[in-house]
Amino acid sequence: MSRAEFVEGLRGGFTVAVASAPFAALFGALAVDNGMSLGELTLMSATVYAGASQMVGIELFGNNVQAWLIVASILAVNFRHVLYSAAIARYVRHFTPLQKFFTFFLLVDPQFAEMVKRGEEGKPVTFIWYLGFGIIIYVPWVLVSLLGGLLGSFIGDPKAIGLDILLPAYFLGIVLGFRNRDNFLPVAFVSAVASAIAYHYVGSPWHVSLGAAAGITLAALLPLPGALKPEPENEPHEV
Amino acid sequence: MEFDLQMVLVILASAVATYATRIGGYVLITTMKRIPPRMEAALNAVPAAVLTTIVAPAFFDGGWDSKLALVVALIVGLRVSHTWMLVAAWLVVMAWRRTIGF
Repeated sequence: MSRAEFVEGLRGGFTVAVASAPFAALFGALAVDNGMSLGELTLMSATVYAGASQMVGIELFGNNVQAWLIVASILAVNFRHVLYSAAIARYVRHFTPLQKFFTFFLLVDPQFAEMVKRGEEGKPVTFIWYLGFGIIIYVPWVLVSLLGGLLGSFIGDPKAIGLDILLPAYFLGIVLGFRNRDNFLPVAFVSAVASAIAYHYVGSPWHVSLGAAAGITLAALLPLPGALKPEPENEPHEV
Repeated sequence: MEFDLQMVLVILASAVATYATRIGGYVLITTMKRIPPRMEAALNAVPAAVLTTIVAPAFFDGGWDSKLALVVALIVGLRVSHTWMLVAAWLVVMAWRRTIGF
């Protein structure tokens, strides 16, 4: 049973591993271009393990920005993970502390999206499934980063081979996967507009946190799905 | 494999910061006994809100090649699988750049 779940996880994560391989390679190539050594970029992929923020990081390394500012920027890009780990709490409560340690270490965007999807479909969200899904993404991510660093000089301009469009198209696909949720359209619309404005006037990477904050605030303020037919306990003053 | 001490320290500090975000929400929410409904509504909106902010600048700030590619990917994504979205976006961008230019 648990072996079947591990294999199921491996299968699910494989698609993500293939889709993220170009970005791992691109990260490696750009990291070398920005003055990182092969060892350093591999260490970064293995310990930070967060694509978008690794890209932000090397961009800042290349521009000689102060260390604390680089760490703060990476924190800003990854701040969404606070929300992810809060949102998956209901699925991981029964995990052992060691399992939780690895669960949170591997908690990247597609891993989160897939875990929530699986949980909402009513399928069992076991640690062994999660580990299979995570490890098949993690190991290639680290290895292909190194490979990208090695082959960096051959890639040339990523735009010439159309690599730059894959990351946004990939994230767009994940967004679409949530389109049946309550308030999806208003939330996505407000987040999109707010992040575009923040991108212009505040700058990257703050557009991620600011845009997301706008969408999430809207969701908290919009009428709740059950609010149309208030139940007696919601209005105790009338009793 | 060479390592610059300062670079390694920045990378490890970034790793610790990232790990803190990945466990922080869980720590916060387990200290609360019950999740208020509005907070739950907010949590449900997290994936769409966050991931949209990663796509939006590519659309608003990208060239017409990127804008068209993302619109086509959106239409394709509403009908078929995500892998085909990537293929569609890539084909549009490459076709645009080969014919019209960058």
